[in-house]
Amino acid sequence: MAAVQETVDRVRQIDVDQYRYGFETLIESEKAPKGLSEDTVRFISTKKNEPAWMLEWRLEAYRRWLTMAEPTWARVNYPKIDYQDIYYYAAPKPKKALTSVDEIDPEILKTYEKLGIPLREVVILEGVEPPPGGEPSASRKIAVDAVFDSVSVATTFKEELRKAGVIFMPISEAIREHPEIVKKYLGSVVPTSDNFFATLNAAVFSDGSFVYVPPGVRCPMELSTYFRINERNTGQFERTLIIADKGSYVSYLEGCTAPQRDENQLHAAVVELVALDDAEIKYSTVQNWYPGNSEGLGGIYNFVTKRGDCRGVNSKISWTQVETGSAITWKYPSCILRGDNSRGEFYSIAISNGHQQVDSGTKMLHLGKNTTSRIISKGIAAGVSQNTYRGLVTAHRKATGARNYTACDSLLIGDKCGAHTVPYVEAKNSSALFEHEATTSKISEDVLFYCTQRGLSQEEAVGLVVNGFVKDVLQQLPMEFAVEAQKLISISLEGSVG
Amino acid sequence: MSLLEIKDLQVRVDDREILHGLSLTVNEGEIHAIMGPNGSGKSTLSHVIAGKPGYEVTGGEILFRGEDLLEMDPDERAAKGVFLAFQYPVEIPGVVTMNFLRTAYNAQRKARGESELMAPEFLKKVREVAKRLGIPQDMLKRGVNVGFSGGEKKRNEILQMALFEPSLCILDEMDSGLDIDALRIAADGVNALRSPGRAMVVITHYQRLLNYIIPDVVHVMSKGRVVKSGGKELALELEASGYAQFDEAALTAA
Repeated sequence: MAAVQETVDRVRQIDVDQYRYGFETLIESEKAPKGLSEDTVRFISTKKNEPAWMLEWRLEAYRRWLTMAEPTWARVNYPKIDYQDIYYYAAPKPKKALTSVDEIDPEILKTYEKLGIPLREVVILEGVEPPPGGEPSASRKIAVDAVFDSVSVATTFKEELRKAGVIFMPISEAIREHPEIVKKYLGSVVPTSDNFFATLNAAVFSDGSFVYVPPGVRCPMELSTYFRINERNTGQFERTLIIADKGSYVSYLEGCTAPQRDENQLHAAVVELVALDDAEIKYSTVQNWYPGNSEGLGGIYNFVTKRGDCRGVNSKISWTQVETGSAITWKYPSCILRGDNSRGEFYSIAISNGHQQVDSGTKMLHLGKNTTSRIISKGIAAGVSQNTYRGLVTAHRKATGARNYTACDSLLIGDKCGAHTVPYVEAKNSSALFEHEATTSKISEDVLFYCTQRGLSQEEAVGLVVNGFVKDVLQQLPMEFAVEAQKLISISLEGSVG
Repeated sequence: MSLLEIKDLQVRVDDREILHGLSLTVNEGEIHAIMGPNGSGKSTLSHVIAGKPGYEVTGGEILFRGEDLLEMDPDERAAKGVFLAFQYPVEIPGVVTMNFLRTAYNAQRKARGESELMAPEFLKKVREVAKRLGIPQDMLKRGVNVGFSGGEKKRNEILQMALFEPSLCILDEMDSGLDIDALRIAADGVNALRSPGRAMVVITHYQRLLNYIIPDVVHVMSKGRVVKSGGKELALELEASGYAQFDEAALTAA
């Protein structure tokens, strides 16, 4: 018992006191009046110089939202959220209109530097240690869109992307500059009436990223958005829309952090992906919102709706997520497999520690013929956390030849946490072939003893076993992210930095 | 100074005493065999020397080169040169054997204040040792012990023993689950590691293993004590007459 007990104790002590991104940036900001009303929605729309159709879209969502109830089916517990006690819009106060990265408030630039996010147009690996075994590649670039509280503060490599025909910009700009594309696709995957949190987002979203990859174009670099909540009592409601036109390919990365605060903060994002014929979208997330302290005080409530539509034939959407942060995670990145022969993938590592509660998983909706999907979920629970995988796989009556493979593995560290697997499977035609495998294991005392007998410390042993456990999923991440994720996993569970 | 000195060791598990005052002295270069029936405390002894949690030492001491071993964590003991070849080596899915070896090897070096070995250098070293022991390279690319046969698992233990160059090797029931050919290969590997600076404690149920690994000293354990010690001929005597006589001796002593 002793070794496991020690591990449990250590994990309990470290948990979020190790959170490295908990600092606050002191800048002047401009906020909407607290609370939510039609006026708040109008305020945001005005701030964004939106066209009338956009305001109408928002107001419709707002009115709809008033009639909806917060969902209660997830295995998470939290005090009632007072939606009138939140600021729905906060923006760093601009000193003047920005024309280049150099004009951004230096405090904000510093924030992103501290977070290791290059906003200046530099090759990402420059001056950064190459990952173990890897050579620093001079040609690898990542374009970044940085969202600070409610607004996008910088988007890098815009010019280079434009040459390739790729549109990558804050969604607020896209609404003004490319209304025809936005109008066509916004809300087409996650309708404004979809669910309580998505509908709230539709009413009050203030920024996010927009990507359009034209037919036949392979996006020349990784695109990424970095979300940072800074302001107190502020909700973050970003909305991301990615469209991969026929035969195109794009890989998109998303990272998130927030300061350490005692009160809970709400994050309700919506991400919509559309893949047309033969197109492929790879969407990776490393979510590291502040998880709250060791007593369960503070932390982000993460209620996110992410959905991809494989609208064209032979299209493919792949979600990879590493979830280590947030007090509460309610998140089910899904794929609608509408096009014939389309493919959906979901690779997930969800780690919960301290008092964190995770209810996450995916939905694979097979509508087209010969559609395939694959779900690999790895849940790791430590401390007194609860970690639930919730997944839905369905095959429509006409989705002949649908195939799904699901593997859900849970690893428990200590004996006060819980891991739960809730799969829903519905096949409405007899040719569907769905496989589901699930395992739950504990890091056994024998494994820890074996490793320590070979000279590893307890912490190194736990890190090694966990990294082995999540390997299948880490392999799906782009290299830079994989290295970062591996470090993050060590920090979340061991208390030893990188 | 002796390499390993165990004096009057008393050990409990869940309020039940398993070792009732066991003493044993092992010098550098010596091979000791510890024989005894099931439940005599052989494996407990090996676990306590290596520092497995869950055992309560209620009396006595274990000195390693004069240092108090019981004060050290298992990883410190490993860095000092204590190696336990497990009866049932565990599987660690997703962790490539080669990475595991390097992580462990460097952790030990770091603990001793030595510089860590870089990947190419280490790779070369492992390949050499593996070749000498007849271990196929593809075994090193697989998850630690995942899908290994009984013989492969034992060979992986011997590979680590050869790599880490410990000064005390404890082999816990190395022969369990091995057929005669696998046993011979494993024993050859162990014999190749005999050296004047290295001592071995071979724990076994059967005399069979001692045909291949010839001990200098044989101890018979019964009911948590060493009840008889002698030369290698003692093992043959046991084979002929069984353990029962020693159980009685143990009871009388108690």
